[in-house]
Amino acid sequence: MVTDPDEDLLGALRAGDEKAFADLVGRYHTRMVRFAESLVPTRSIAEEVVQDTWLGVVRGIHGFEGRSSVRTWLFHILINRAKTAGAREPRNERLGDGDSLDRRFDAAGAWSRPPEPWADVIDSRFEATQVALRVKQCLPQLPPGQRQVLVLRDIEGVDAAEVCELLGVSTGNQRVLLHRARSHVRSILEKDLGRS
Amino acid sequence: MMIRRRNQLVCKQAVTLMTDYLEGALTKRDRSRLETHLAGCPHCTEYLAQIRKTIEAAGHIEPDDLDPEVLDDLVALYRQWQAEQ
Repeated sequence: MVTDPDEDLLGALRAGDEKAFADLVGRYHTRMVRFAESLVPTRSIAEEVVQDTWLGVVRGIHGFEGRSSVRTWLFHILINRAKTAGAREPRNERLGDGDSLDRRFDAAGAWSRPPEPWADVIDSRFEATQVALRVKQCLPQLPPGQRQVLVLRDIEGVDAAEVCELLGVSTGNQRVLLHRARSHVRSILEKDLGRS
Repeated sequence: MMIRRRNQLVCKQAVTLMTDYLEGALTKRDRSRLETHLAGCPHCTEYLAQIRKTIEAAGHIEPDDLDPEVLDDLVALYRQWQAEQ
């Protein structure tokens, strides 16, 4: 049977193993700071919130029942700590006339200014890591709710149902936030990578 | 003038369905309408490919390196928390 390394670390931490604590910090600390930055206004508050989260982890270790993954449990504690520090709640968003692509369609709804082609040029013109770096640089430009959903879904790979539970948003709103966030990042990449 | 059938999507509508399409959240009918549109629209096909590349790029973002001083500080705090138990 394959065991989850996170659960092994948590088991060791429960027994008071300092190295397990250091290993968990090594695995998650900077990822938690990255997510916390989408929840609170500044990097320094994000770092404080994550430090506070680790305290919550150590104090609450016996309460972890394994019903969620260790990562989800950590993020759950992080969100609660961030709320105490004045976290920005995701707004309810609807797809509508405010969509940033609106001016790119004609009256009949066809593209008047089609997307600059770049999807097929990344491999040859740019390293995938450079594009990933550019996406990372875009994150602070996203509204909080969009940034929270994008970090969890596309960077951390958390599934949709877990994201809804963590952020307290409906399934539909989660998809709207994800759609907006991806569209926003795509448009920034288009400016950098488009051919014209 | 091209006559558009009533149930055909226009590009502006197609673009709003892309995330739901990738999430498998469209009804069978809407999925079929979108796929029909994509088959005849290179611009929307490119748009969808770009969204896929955007998702792929986000998945390649590496976490920042952990500052060893931050780790030392947290381990020191851990010892303090342990001592207080």
